[in-house]
Amino acid sequence: MMETSVQERPLLDIRGLEVTFRTEGGDVVPVRGVDLRVEAGKTTALVGESGSGKSVTSLAIMGLLPRPYGRVSKGVAEFRRRSGAVVDLASAGQGVVRALRGNEIAMIFQEPMTSLNPVMTVGEQIAEQVRLHMALAPQAAMRHAVEMLSLVEIPDAARRAGDYPHQMSGGMRQRVMIALAMSCNPRLLIADEPTTALDVTIQAQILDLIERLRKEHSMGVLFITHNLAVVAEIADTVTVMYAGEVVEKANVRDIFHNSRHPYTAALVDCLPERARRDSNGRRIVAAIPGSVTSAAEATGCRFAPRCQRAVEACEAGSPELLVAGTGHEVRCFRWSEA
Amino acid sequence: MPLLELRGVTKYFGTAPKLVHAVEDVSFTVERGEVVGLVGESGSGKSTLGRLALRLLDLTSGSVRLNGESIEHLGQRALRPLRRNAQMVFQDPYASLNPRLRVASIIGEALDAHGLAQGKARQARIAELLELVGLQADHADRYPHEFSGGQRQRIGIARALAVEPQLIIADEPVSALDVSVQAQILNLLQDLRYRLGVAMLFISHDLDVIELICDRIVVLYLGRVMEIGTAEQICRNPQHPYTQALLAASPKPDPDRPRTRRLLQGDIPSPLSPPSGCVFRTRCPLATAECAGAVPPMRDLEGGHAVACIHDSRSIDWGGMLQNRKNDRVPPC
Repeated sequence: MMETSVQERPLLDIRGLEVTFRTEGGDVVPVRGVDLRVEAGKTTALVGESGSGKSVTSLAIMGLLPRPYGRVSKGVAEFRRRSGAVVDLASAGQGVVRALRGNEIAMIFQEPMTSLNPVMTVGEQIAEQVRLHMALAPQAAMRHAVEMLSLVEIPDAARRAGDYPHQMSGGMRQRVMIALAMSCNPRLLIADEPTTALDVTIQAQILDLIERLRKEHSMGVLFITHNLAVVAEIADTVTVMYAGEVVEKANVRDIFHNSRHPYTAALVDCLPERARRDSNGRRIVAAIPGSVTSAAEATGCRFAPRCQRAVEACEAGSPELLVAGTGHEVRCFRWSEA
Repeated sequence: MPLLELRGVTKYFGTAPKLVHAVEDVSFTVERGEVVGLVGESGSGKSTLGRLALRLLDLTSGSVRLNGESIEHLGQRALRPLRRNAQMVFQDPYASLNPRLRVASIIGEALDAHGLAQGKARQARIAELLELVGLQADHADRYPHEFSGGQRQRIGIARALAVEPQLIIADEPVSALDVSVQAQILNLLQDLRYRLGVAMLFISHDLDVIELICDRIVVLYLGRVMEIGTAEQICRNPQHPYTQALLAASPKPDPDRPRTRRLLQGDIPSPLSPPSGCVFRTRCPLATAECAGAVPPMRDLEGGHAVACIHDSRSIDWGGMLQNRKNDRVPPC
């Protein structure tokens, strides 16, 4: 009995997460009402434009909110450990979260150059990490580091282990970051815009690599991005954020073919690939008018000021996340009319 | 006579042995009212070319003609009246506007530099320009920090339009913007082209954006032209292995597309020591010994389509990634 119930729980289960920052002008809530799940061996994409709160959410999960100003003020972020035990990352102490980070939970970021130590060879950096988390002797740790560099398809890994980050291209540095993340065999990989700074031919290589590692290691991936085309390429499920709130959650096909939130639909429509020709032959993209309302100013639905379908009720009260189908949730009063 | 004509344009930076081959033997034209896209990855030389076309940088060799007049040897004073015909819009709307100046001064500077709209006419012209790019006349009194990224890019465009140029060189004008705002700016640029007939050299790494806005496309790799053609020819019937690779690698917002990719291996070589012969051969699935021997000449296909490759790229199997593209033609409204 116990075994099955453990199996059914997702790897990461976030419910009602709210983050508060204390500022001189009073408390600010950049993120609220975040519900998010990552299953083992699957990829969840967290999508949003700038100001959507996707990065603050990822920092909250990793226990990296700037102290003492930032804190999780509501909700839970339950992570299922290798042992089967469940830890609430939102309320666990710093020590607990730090022990998980770089071990059961690993992270990669947009700009590998700022995450790597410029005065250590890449081999030393990976070896240092495995010595810390796996208690390996120095030589064994270096052998493991070279194995990790081969795992991420760096050619001539034994030699490249002696390179410094500046001697590598952007794509190679991102591979090193992934090697570093994979070195302790994590159960959850949090990838925050990992291909945004890369050229498309290199981006395709890195996406393929993340996909391969996810399958081979049954790893859950939380892929944070602003790029919907990338989402279509890698995600199993998608969580869309707008102005600090989750507005829609669904599997990837529903997001593109059957979205229920006006923001998701508009976001898909404003891609150049969805352009339509007008009577003058111009290819017009369906832009969303205006810009994001700051989280602090919102009263009702945060998308209402830019929404084509907004009615009075939308300005008055905030909608909850409503169930719109199997695994499909949407924060809109009028979702059923979509 | 083309509006802009580049012939054999070459630019090296530095001195031997650390000579960066930024742009090598590039030739193409921009006709009046035409929008030409320069697409390529980092190190392809696309931004350098944009600056060379305006003589913001000096050429190592080759020629640039604006309205038939050679500009590669002109001094700064002689260039000034010609610059009225060609203006630049930059990528970063946060860095390209002076934070200490009000919008009226930012746009007014462009007018003053060319002695346009003096006295009472100046304020009216600034208001007119702001409205042209979708802002309001009273925005003239504000500072750049009071605007969002998309609005700042509109100010940058208004500044470029102030002197009524025949050509705008736009270097990644939407790359720093969120997609919903990017769409607004792309629509604005198409609208301006339609209303004012202004020609554009549009520089971007994003083939989907380029395809949307451009009549013709120049594909660059390591400073050299790989392929030139109409948007239709380049995106629906690419003939160079690199163009095909670029199209196959660019992600599409279609969850039903096959996720097994046939990928281009390896990295872009250093422009300090580009490969001999065809610069793409080190990553090309068709490369043979012949490719290392000589730089492949531009081979003319039909209808102005030209490709710098000696092989027949139809034999490359991209795992269905190109076929998939051919089917999604732009539908009417």
